[in-house]
Amino acid sequence: MSIRFTLNGKVVAVDVEPGTALLEVLRNDLELNGPKFGCGLAQCGACAVLLDGVSIRSCVTPVSIAAGKHLTTVEGLGDEKKPHPLQSAFIAEQAMQCGYCASGIMTTAAALLTSNESPTRDEIRNALSGHLCRCGAQARMIRAIERAALAMNGDDE
Amino acid sequence: MSVSRREFIRSSGAVVVYFSLAGCEQSQDVAGKDVAIHDNRIRINPDGSVELFMGKVELGQGIGTALAQIAADELGVAFEQIRLLTVDTDFSPDEAYTFSSISIQQSGPKVRAAAAKAREYQQQLFGNQPANEPGVVGKSIQRLDIPGKVFGDASFIQDLRLDHMVHARVLRPPAERAVIQSMDSAPVVTMPGVLRVVRDGNFVGVIAEREGQARAAATALAPLIHWRLPEDLPDGDEVYNWLKTANSRTEEIVAHGSVDVSESDSYYQATYRRPYQAHASISPSAAVALFQDSKLTLWSHAQGMYPLRDAIAHTLGLSPGDVRCVHKEASGCFGHNGADDAACDVAALALEMPGRPVRLQWERDDEFLWEPLGPAMQIETQAVLDTNGKISSWQYDLWSCPHASRPRGADSAGHLIYAKHKKNPLPEPPPYSIPQPSGGSDRNSVPLYAFENVQVNKHFVTDIPVRGSSLRGLGAYGNVFAIESFMDELAKTSAADPFEFRRRHLDDARAIEVLDRLQEITKWQSRPQPGTGMGWGLAFARFKNVSSYLGLVVQLRVNAYSKAVQLIKATAVCDAGLVINPDGLKAQIEGGIIQSSSWTLKEQVSLSNIAREARDWISYPILRFNEVPDVEVVLINRPDEKSLGVGETAQGPTAAAIANAIFHATGKRLRQLPFTPDRFE
Repeated sequence: MSIRFTLNGKVVAVDVEPGTALLEVLRNDLELNGPKFGCGLAQCGACAVLLDGVSIRSCVTPVSIAAGKHLTTVEGLGDEKKPHPLQSAFIAEQAMQCGYCASGIMTTAAALLTSNESPTRDEIRNALSGHLCRCGAQARMIRAIERAALAMNGDDE
Repeated sequence: MSVSRREFIRSSGAVVVYFSLAGCEQSQDVAGKDVAIHDNRIRINPDGSVELFMGKVELGQGIGTALAQIAADELGVAFEQIRLLTVDTDFSPDEAYTFSSISIQQSGPKVRAAAAKAREYQQQLFGNQPANEPGVVGKSIQRLDIPGKVFGDASFIQDLRLDHMVHARVLRPPAERAVIQSMDSAPVVTMPGVLRVVRDGNFVGVIAEREGQARAAATALAPLIHWRLPEDLPDGDEVYNWLKTANSRTEEIVAHGSVDVSESDSYYQATYRRPYQAHASISPSAAVALFQDSKLTLWSHAQGMYPLRDAIAHTLGLSPGDVRCVHKEASGCFGHNGADDAACDVAALALEMPGRPVRLQWERDDEFLWEPLGPAMQIETQAVLDTNGKISSWQYDLWSCPHASRPRGADSAGHLIYAKHKKNPLPEPPPYSIPQPSGGSDRNSVPLYAFENVQVNKHFVTDIPVRGSSLRGLGAYGNVFAIESFMDELAKTSAADPFEFRRRHLDDARAIEVLDRLQEITKWQSRPQPGTGMGWGLAFARFKNVSSYLGLVVQLRVNAYSKAVQLIKATAVCDAGLVINPDGLKAQIEGGIIQSSSWTLKEQVSLSNIAREARDWISYPILRFNEVPDVEVVLINRPDEKSLGVGETAQGPTAAAIANAIFHATGKRLRQLPFTPDRFE
């Protein structure tokens, strides 16, 4: 059965069982690297992607849920030529150790900055409290998100 | 994607020059020739680009970038010209493991020496003057790997996709020494996409076309296996008494002067406990293997490709020359996690599927239930204070299981899970006690303080209830926690300021300077009165007593009712000798402080009498974004001293600084990790 959705601005169709985990389709069928397998239990956030702008856990979401909707992964935020302010800020702040959790965190942070353009530090902490980082890069990531918010509000340059 | 050695050499152009530590004797026109290049460190291409052969692996700590800085500096070329080649047993130098925070010490000088040779020969080989770019050592160069990770490039082993790759899962016993009584795989063999159900003794794996199919097969097979469960583990806190009664041998780590503390009037004692804790890497272990034409190629995120190759070749009955191990990054490992085991699992499965690459992804509970844990420790300290408020005698005893069980080659391949579970298991390797000055459970058990009479005994427990091995810092986490907590207790008894009390026992100028700077930066004199619920705590250590120095002040608040500890700020001062990359160093220390805060406030793997009780992020919670402190790290750069690693330096001081801050906030002395609210009862 073919399932169609918009992935990072492009319409895609995949021919898989409707119950297949969205994460498996994104990683193995569509060969994206951004969403990561961390637990398969919706506990860590490494697999987070945006479904119509809302951060969801793709590891426990059947691909059929995405039919007809818009999905955004970290690849859809921006690229080297036209980076999203969050991507630039994560580089500028060197906001990771291993970086395995960073894609999921950046997508959730992107959703946060869409709904709240100047979040306080506590709002950032709370928005990301469902994401785990084992390397302890949280303090840097919080600084990076603050930097991105400033850049998006035009306070940076 | 890695290429074979021959392609690798061919693709390198007409004249390629390799530099080893010895010089450029091995340099030659290699077009069409096969050369032994395992000693080489640096390759210079005709276009002047430079490739650096890493002997250490990237674990998210930034070692690749730091080594590239050293090479660029010595060669005098622009940093951007350096390309890194990860460890591959087909061509990389053999530097065994990337561990113990010694990469910059071990690998840095070798890269520098090879680069110096390269610079010498550059003119005669290329007819050009060596370039003279401004140096980059000491600069906060941005890490080479971060842009790719930010834009979703294939950065990790999980992103390796080979043509015709199939997917595997393993099914582990519910307990370490459980054995299969019966197994009915018939209903699973016919499931969609299932290619193989593999059983070898107590090792079981499934291989399927799609990953979801492999998962479904594993889920279906699990209830069809009946295990005999031993009930042989010390239950809950019993583990600490068990450590003292289990088989052990005592090693005297240090003994000078006469330590008969019990004769004295002003004699103090305390007992500290550190539980089993997990590496809990954010990505469960994974590996990919291809068995083709009697050769096995293995992609793994383990910390040592050469030892892994030798151990797996031995386990599977292959010649090491027929096994090639290639490093690929995964999430931070923080020591010996499931990486080696997953690599051996997938190698065994790949032998059953010749010609097709097999990718194994461990599930979350495979990692939690099977990774080698950081072992529990029981520590008993006693000290005598003289009339001048100085510690005159110090007695220290610790009990713990081995902190090292890496499969280092044929002799210790028996540590691999597959080697234990297969039908003809390899013998259990003898327990290995890491000698000083590194030490295993005894790492940092010798106080850096100058006490007149000191005795330190390591009781090396040789019964092993659950798999244990090296977790970031090894025994330093428990020992620095104990020593620095006890120092705080003794300072309080002496009515001395914690900074001053430490300084009065130190004769190491670098240590004293770290403390002085920390006291000044934190405005220590402005700390709140004791018992207000707000607490400041100090701790200090020199990692392994020979590596980097770190002093730390933690500020926190303890909720009077819930006893929840909220960390507010952590301020560290670190002396790691000559600093190669200041921001990289700070990032490692920040990460260490936050991770150790998590260990200290939340983490323990409890045992039932059958098995571990931690299997996911609910049963093994770690610190979350809304719980991390702000962190500030200040470096003391010492250009005339050798560079020292900092990967593990913060683990111990963080635990003690938190304990000391909690005491300052509440008057409650916590001596058993982790500091969950029930410890306040």
